Amino acid sequence: MATDSDVDTELDAVLDGNAVAGALEAAFGADMTAVPGRCAHCGAVNMVGALRAWTRAPGSVLRCPACDGVVLRVVETSEATYVDARGAAYLRFERR
Amino acid sequence: MRLTAEDGYSVERSYSIASEPERDGEIDITVERIPDGEVSPFLHEVVVVGDRLEVRGPIGGYFVWDASIEGPLLLVAGGSGVVPLMAMVRHRSRARSATPTRLLFSSRRLEDMIYRDELERLAGRGDGFVVIHTLTRSQPPGWTGYARRIDESMLREVAAPLGSGVRGYICGPTALVETAANALVRLGLPPERIRTERFGPSGT
Repeated sequence: MATDSDVDTELDAVLDGNAVAGALEAAFGADMTAVPGRCAHCGAVNMVGALRAWTRAPGSVLRCPACDGVVLRVVETSEATYVDARGAAYLRFERR
Repeated sequence: MRLTAEDGYSVERSYSIASEPERDGEIDITVERIPDGEVSPFLHEVVVVGDRLEVRGPIGGYFVWDASIEGPLLLVAGGSGVVPLMAMVRHRSRARSATPTRLLFSSRRLEDMIYRDELERLAGRGDGFVVIHTLTRSQPPGWTGYARRIDESMLREVAAPLGSGVRGYICGPTALVETAANALVRLGLPPERIRTERFGPSGT
């Protein structure tokens, strides 16, 4: 059972999609934080910057603020950046 | 910012830009010194003018505001969370925007208040920018501002003069951001008009 302090600790670990902006930019070659994406679990559309980020792990997990489903997972190794986007129905890039 | 030691050990940190986009050829960042931190004591105590630092960016088009965006602004900051909001406030001033803007700024003590003089100066211009402070740990004699953590009733009082169509930007420790964002939604601000930037744990 969660105690108050457990809840606080969990809450403290949450950041925003902004926190993964650097790794995503390295992978996609552009700023991703203002890119809207649709959650494959619940259909909510949120910009990557509005996703909730858990970054204290070997990789980062970006979850939907509406349903908490995992939208993106980002892992950086010394050779490459891996982006698992199974939880995104789409990411929408404006045509320039 | 990436710092690399002579033995190849390297660390990266992300910092919010505090200067307005009109500033040419230089940027301001504000770094809070964390006594047992790996990077901030280095930036405070070791780096001198003329040292070269490896940076990339700016990255992040999400937590931004431009003077062309309509609607009054409610800015909510905890501690060094004021930094990205400072870029907005400085931009607002440089762009001669009259957008009604209220900054609710939570600090622990008066001595911890960042940008105190500049905020006072900007608020003194009478162009629709107002700063409201709360001091959560201790207050100097005669303090007339708030003296508690940000809560829903404080946000209601602070936001009331802005009327409707408000845009909210909240930056600070995660717990403060959660509290403020949830309160603003309960006060009727549509979630899509609220942008947040959490910077993790830290007691404010």
